[in-house]
Amino acid sequence: MPSRTVTVGSRSGLHARPAALFVAAAGAAALPVKINIEGRKPVPANSMLSVLSLGAKCGTAVTISADGDGADAVLDDLAALLARDLDADEVGSDG
Amino acid sequence: MAEPLRGIGVSPGFAAGPVCRAGVAPRLPAPRAVSDVPAELSGAASALRAVAAELDRRASATSDATAAEILRAQVLMAEDPVLDEAVADAIRAGSDAPHAIDAAFAVHRQAFLDAGGYLAERVADLDDLRDRAVAVSSGLPMPGIPSPGHPFVLVATDLAPADTAGLDPAQVLALVTEAGGPTSHTAILARSLGIPAVVRCGGAAGLRDGMVVAIDGAAGAVRVGVDEATVLDTRRREEERRSRAAASSGPGRTADGWAVELLANVGSAADPVAGAEGVGLFRTELLYLDREKAPSHEEQVEAYAAVFDALGGRKVVVRTLDAGADKPLPFLDQAGEPNPALGVRGVRLARRDPALVDGQLAAIAAAATRTGATAWVMAPMIATPAEARDFVTRARAAGLASAGVMVEIPAAALRVRALLREVDFLSIGTNDLSQYTFAADRMAGELAELLDPWQPALLDLVAACGRAGREAGKPVGICGEAAADPGLAPVFAGLGISSLSMPARAIPAVRDALATHTKADCERLATAVLAAEDPAAARAVVG
Repeated sequence: MPSRTVTVGSRSGLHARPAALFVAAAGAAALPVKINIEGRKPVPANSMLSVLSLGAKCGTAVTISADGDGADAVLDDLAALLARDLDADEVGSDG
Repeated sequence: MAEPLRGIGVSPGFAAGPVCRAGVAPRLPAPRAVSDVPAELSGAASALRAVAAELDRRASATSDATAAEILRAQVLMAEDPVLDEAVADAIRAGSDAPHAIDAAFAVHRQAFLDAGGYLAERVADLDDLRDRAVAVSSGLPMPGIPSPGHPFVLVATDLAPADTAGLDPAQVLALVTEAGGPTSHTAILARSLGIPAVVRCGGAAGLRDGMVVAIDGAAGAVRVGVDEATVLDTRRREEERRSRAAASSGPGRTADGWAVELLANVGSAADPVAGAEGVGLFRTELLYLDREKAPSHEEQVEAYAAVFDALGGRKVVVRTLDAGADKPLPFLDQAGEPNPALGVRGVRLARRDPALVDGQLAAIAAAATRTGATAWVMAPMIATPAEARDFVTRARAAGLASAGVMVEIPAAALRVRALLREVDFLSIGTNDLSQYTFAADRMAGELAELLDPWQPALLDLVAACGRAGREAGKPVGICGEAAADPGLAPVFAGLGISSLSMPARAIPAVRDALATHTKADCERLATAVLAAEDPAAARAVVG
């Protein structure tokens, strides 16, 4: 099955806003996508609760996988999103 | 008129209007047998959809970007397909909708708790979702902050951050809670929104929706069943108070011109500093939270320089990392402390990892050089003059001209003269100083009256620091929650405190309180307050 392994680029990790953006993007994809971190069971990438529970921090390597037509394009887009610092365009947050 | 209900006044101001109680989380009803599985499935699904829709509506309605993000994350959780599937599975296995929802959330709740850190703090968000969905699926109103469509006085047992995200100050006239204390979430929130609040008001349990009450948020009084004339009079007094506060500007001065600096507490460049003479407490923890390793030198310099730039040359007191206890950091690996509040926190971390403090001081110095800022640095959790000397030596080595320490531990206050010989200034953190003086956990709501900043024992320690500061000719400020209390401001001035640091929004009321007293008034008040037997008697002195 096609997969991509990428390091989480968001400063706060795969939490809060970065997680919300990723889950929304995965939910909008044409194929079901799974995400996991090493040694853990893959979980649906469109599940906010499951993605949060991974506890992936800034610098954690995560693997996303999908099967079917166009899987490579979907994974490329999501991998690029994960690698970006999604906190960077955040406005006026005080954690 | 009947005696008013009494509590602790934590945010000044007058307000009057009808009571609306925050909805209470429903108890799970007794399990019932399900005969119509499809109906139960659709009931559970529509309950989750209703919760998502309500939170989405709130997210769109709030102007607070942080609150909106928290709410949008909650919407995604309520719409989670995995959660949906778990609820449906439970119903097909014979459960009713409320129990199925409760069980599905319980799985994720445990996963969040097991993960710890940031996720453990999000458990309250999950519980909020579960309570809402269980209520709707049981045919009950959704718990949380009501929105009756007219301004109201919000009454609750206590308020959690999740309840108050996006609380609209145009609708909420005042807050009254049965529990909580002067340093509780409710108190901090009310002061930051600038709305009157009374906490620890046991009598509030008897308040019902629609009762008309009048609140004095400085005195901690709640009058019940007031007439229309009183409502109008209360509103007029509040308008006068606000216009007086809005008209005030400039540095902190007593009526006869004696200076008490008014400074702002900030956590990042996003926090307001308008009206402040500088920053008296720049908390640097934000930069370190939820990290696997310490932020880089460049990243730190950027963050500090952003705050220095926002102040345009005004003084900024930077507190070095105050991690540990209620603010654990993943990369420090502090697991296993039996009592974190009494463990390796604040400057004590430098014993294990001196590079952490030296690295931070170097970044502060670099940011100050780059921006031309007046940067002062101070260390949290200092117990002895030797610790203070060590910190000051490190700060000087980094090229920082003004180095001080916080007084949060009674040992430091008791030996304040010796401490002052080592440092350039002191800043009293009244929240921790209360907690350690009274051996009362800040998080323990039941002990709130011990953490009242008007406690004579706390004020004795403040007085000792103020006196020693004046003798030494060195500044002694206050940066705890007590600094935002307009009633205490003249008392602190009379005790020799040279600066008060608080959320910027609290500054006008404190400035006004100072401006209405002369230096001699302040000293008289200070003497009388120190002679009082208890907090109530101390407050009565100021009136």
